[in-house]
Amino acid sequence: MNLDNPTAPHTAPDAAQPGLKARVRDLNFHYGSTHALKNVNLDIAEKRVTALIGPSGCGKTTYLRCFNRMHDLYAGNRYQGEILLYPDAMNIIGPKVDPIEVRMRISMVFQKPNPFPKSIYENVAYGLRVRGVTRRSLIDEKVEQALQWAALWDEVKDRLHDLAFNLSGGQQQRLCIARALATDPEILLFDEPTSALDPIATARIEELVHGLKERVTIIIVTHNMQQAARVSDYTAFMYLGEVVEFGNTNTIFTNPSKKQTEDYITGRYG
Amino acid sequence: MQDIKSIIARHKALDGAFAVVGLLALMVGLVTLLALIIDLAMDGVPRLSWTFFASFPSRFPEQAGILAAWVGTTLVMIVTAATAVPLGVAAGIYLEEYAPRNWTTALIEINIANLAAVPSIVYGLMALGLFVYQFGLGQSILTAGLTLALLVLPMVIIATREAVRAIPSSIREAAYALGATKWQMVWSHVLPYSTGGILTGVIIALSRAIGESAPLITIGALSFIAFLPAAPVSAEAPFVSFQWLLDPFTVMPIQMFNWVSRPQEAFHVNAAAAGLVLLGMTLVMNGLAIWIRYRFRKRIKW
Repeated sequence: MNLDNPTAPHTAPDAAQPGLKARVRDLNFHYGSTHALKNVNLDIAEKRVTALIGPSGCGKTTYLRCFNRMHDLYAGNRYQGEILLYPDAMNIIGPKVDPIEVRMRISMVFQKPNPFPKSIYENVAYGLRVRGVTRRSLIDEKVEQALQWAALWDEVKDRLHDLAFNLSGGQQQRLCIARALATDPEILLFDEPTSALDPIATARIEELVHGLKERVTIIIVTHNMQQAARVSDYTAFMYLGEVVEFGNTNTIFTNPSKKQTEDYITGRYG
Repeated sequence: MQDIKSIIARHKALDGAFAVVGLLALMVGLVTLLALIIDLAMDGVPRLSWTFFASFPSRFPEQAGILAAWVGTTLVMIVTAATAVPLGVAAGIYLEEYAPRNWTTALIEINIANLAAVPSIVYGLMALGLFVYQFGLGQSILTAGLTLALLVLPMVIIATREAVRAIPSSIREAAYALGATKWQMVWSHVLPYSTGGILTGVIIALSRAIGESAPLITIGALSFIAFLPAAPVSAEAPFVSFQWLLDPFTVMPIQMFNWVSRPQEAFHVNAAAAGLVLLGMTLVMNGLAIWIRYRFRKRIKW
C-alpha cells in the first residue's frame, strides 16, 4: 500500500499520500499473435485521476479494457501478470476470478455515448437491476443520486421516462457516466469519453471527471494531451505497448525525464 | 466542346433506353399479377357471403363453403407459430450470442441456409414418416402444424439472427460493463431490441406457411370434411381441451385445389372466392408485419 516502494519501476510520486487502489505488475496482453502490452507496471492512486496518453495504437485502450476484463468477451485474448485491486488485493486478471465480479466493482464509460434504447431512468437503473435490486424506493434514490453526481439531474428530472436517445450527445455521455456511477463502483474507467463530443460538452465532462475523484478512483484514456493535463493527477505515457514514463501530471508535462515523452508532448509525433 | 456534348447526348440516350426497358420489365410482372388478381376478384367477389364462410363443403357448389378450411388454416397456423417461434428465436439467439466461432458452428449455419431452400414436399415426406407413423400423431392438426413449423423454422432462425446482428456491439459492451451475465444481457437488451425484426420475419414465414398445400396433402390432410375439430374451450371442467390437436382437418389451399379439380364451373367460382379470402389473410398478416416493424423501429435508432 506504499507508493514509495522503490522496487516498483513505475511508481507514482507521493503528492498528498493517496492510498493505493490498484497495482499492475508485469502485465502482458496478447490479441491472438499480437503482443499488445509488454511488461507494463503501474500504480493507481485511490481517489485520484490517472491518465493514459500516447499515440494511436500504443495500447492505451487495450490497457484500460484489462481493468474490467472487457477482452474476455472476444476469443483469442490472453493476459499474463497481475492487476491487484485493493483493499483485498484481488487479482483482476487471475484465471479463477470471475470477470462479472470485476465488472461489478469497476465501471466503464465508453468512447461513443452508448445509452440503451430505453428511458433515462431505466438506463441509470440497469446496473442496479443486474444486481437484483427490486425495491422501487431504493432504485429511485440511487438514480437521482447518480444523475446528480453526473450533473444531469437538473436537465432531466422532469422527463426521466423519456427515451435516452432524445438527449444531446453530451447529455448522453453524462447519462452513461450516471449509469456507471449508480452502482457505486470502486474504479471508473473512461475510454476517450469526449472524442465524439463538441468543445462545450467536452468541457462539462472534464469538469465532471475532475469533481468525481472525491468519490471514485478514475483512470482515463485520452489522445488529447491538454485534457490529460487538465483533469489528471498522474499521467502514464505509452508507446508501442509499453509504459515509457509515469509520474505526476505536472512533472510529465513540464519536465519529462524521457526524450520520447518530451517529443510526444511537444507535438513532434503522434 | 462539341465533342463532349455529343458524347453526353449519346450516354443520355442510353440512360433513357434503360429507363424504358426497366419500366417494361416491371410492368410485365405487375400487370400479369394485377390481371390475375382482378380476374380472381371478378370471379370470386359475387360468391363471398356470410354463408360461404359458415358452411361446410358440399356436393352442391352453391351450398359449399369454407368453414372447415379457414378454421383448419387458423388452427394449423397457431400450432406452427407456437412451435416455430420459440424454437427459431432460441436457435437464432444461441447461434449469434452463445455459439463458439468454430467450424461446427459454421457447418450448422450453412445447413440452416440450405434447409430454407428444401422443397416443401420433402418436409411433407419426412413428416409422414416421423410424425404420422413413428410418433403416431395421425393425420392431424398437430402433425400439420409441426410440419409447417419445420418448413419455416430456418426462415425464423435467419430472421432472428439478422435482427440480433443489427444490435451494435457497443450496446452489448455497455451491458456487460455493468456486470450483466450473458442471459441478463440477452433478456433485457438483445430480445427487446430485436423483437421488431424477429416478428417481421415470423410473419413473413407464416405467410409462406399459410399458402402451403403439398406437404399437408402428403401427410394426409382431408379434402372433404363436414365437421369442425373439437372446441378448445368448454363450459364444464376442465374447460380447456386439446383434443382438437389430434383431429383431422383441411386448409384453404387444399380446399381450393379440390374445387378447381371439379368439372363444374360453379366450383371454380368457389375456388376463386376462397383464393380471395386466402389472399386477404396473407395481406392482413403482411400488414401486421409492417405495422409491428414500424412500432418497434420508431423507438430505436442506433
